[in-house]
Amino acid sequence: MNYHWNWRIFWEPAPNGTGTYLDMLLSGLVLTIETAICAWIIALVFGSVIGVLRTLPSKTASRIGFGYVEFFRNLPLLVQLFIWFFVLPEILPRSWGLWLKQMPNAPFYTAAIGIGLFMSARVAEQTRAGINSLPRGQKLAATALGLTTAQAYRYVLLPMAFRIIMPPLTSEFLSTIKNTSVAITIGLIELTGEARAMQEFSFQVFEAFTAATVLYLLVNIVVVTAMRLLERAIAVPGYITGK
Amino acid sequence: MIEISHVDKWYGGFQALKDCTTSVAKGEVVVVCGPSGSGKSTLIKCVNALEPFQSGQIILDGIKVNDPKTDLPKLRARVGMVFQHFELFPHLKIIENLCLAQEKVLGRSHDEAMAKGAKLLDRVGLKEQARKYPAELSGGQQQRVAIARALAMDPIAMMFDEPTSALDPEMISEVLDVMVDLAREGMTMMVVTHEMGFASKVAHRVIFMDKGEIVEDARKTDFFGSPRSDRAQKFLSKILSH
Repeated sequence: MNYHWNWRIFWEPAPNGTGTYLDMLLSGLVLTIETAICAWIIALVFGSVIGVLRTLPSKTASRIGFGYVEFFRNLPLLVQLFIWFFVLPEILPRSWGLWLKQMPNAPFYTAAIGIGLFMSARVAEQTRAGINSLPRGQKLAATALGLTTAQAYRYVLLPMAFRIIMPPLTSEFLSTIKNTSVAITIGLIELTGEARAMQEFSFQVFEAFTAATVLYLLVNIVVVTAMRLLERAIAVPGYITGK
Repeated sequence: MIEISHVDKWYGGFQALKDCTTSVAKGEVVVVCGPSGSGKSTLIKCVNALEPFQSGQIILDGIKVNDPKTDLPKLRARVGMVFQHFELFPHLKIIENLCLAQEKVLGRSHDEAMAKGAKLLDRVGLKEQARKYPAELSGGQQQRVAIARALAMDPIAMMFDEPTSALDPEMISEVLDVMVDLAREGMTMMVVTHEMGFASKVAHRVIFMDKGEIVEDARKTDFFGSPRSDRAQKFLSKILSH
């Protein structure tokens, strides 16, 4: 192999005028983190609501939840992003479509919302499993004390359900971060996008993607560690994960 | 206080309660017994509408339970309920278990709820455990906390659904002691239990159920003296033979 290694490439100025190649990668990393956090918030909020819907006695509520989950988890993420980004503006009324196309940062918003909704279907399934894993008597006891259904969920069921599903939720958060790389296809120049740009400008493909790999790893290790600490902080003494 | 008349309940095609009629007067202690699957738990869960029923009616302190206009959370808050498996909320400390519904349902201030909770914990002999979590207590202690949690709502009646069935033998009496005290203080109680010693000590009446029907509804002395039905006699001979 006739490859010219050059690890000092990171400190050389990038031709797009934004600083060094390292600055370029770091700005991609920031965008990756921003997209992931926005998507994760959407996933948590929508996922919790839909997960709760699926555990309610109401048939309508659980049907709505079922439809939602099956729609968002059965289509490939890439197809979903294309639908939001390329198809949606065409099927909306003209003026709305035009507004969408001209929106600044459209790839960022599309990625955050698209990945968020995709992940929310998975969070919804975790939430539902968590709630269903609690003894049926918990809901009865809360109801018997006079709590409304909303209060029973807020104060009794969800606090335990979320503790139980913390480990799988950590995995979902990591998936959210990794899935942001798909947004490169709709023009979001996040970490993977910047690594590719660097490779195209400098031809240092190994250095570019080694750096991207290390940065992804670092972010995910930070997330795993933080979630571990959180898990430990909210563990219930004497109960499952507690000590 | 509690008027149950002609209540029928089906789970799909299975009839869990058949034309059940009985009543509990204020201050009365009624023990409900019978073989498993006879509908005892279902009956007392109907009283505070934890289980819906299809026909008949239940009137609790003048309020019709199965009236769609009845504010069920409000009604349920007035009936204490104790479950077989305690059902304390595991993520809340003991004292927080006692405060939650007082604050969220009755709207008491935190201080007021804490004071009431502490008093009741003291009453069931668990003042020292207030800051622990449910999983750190024994079964008997957890069930006493569950009774205190129900009492914290100042209920007009208490329902017990096999309160000692999940307990190790050595813990049964500590729970029954609390219930006996409660009965002697004049609390209106419906107790689903197989503890015939408890029944003979404090019950005023005994209801015997089988296959969803109230087979026998008699004063305690009559029930233990000479149950009129074969089924009740058989049941008694089985549970009293050891």
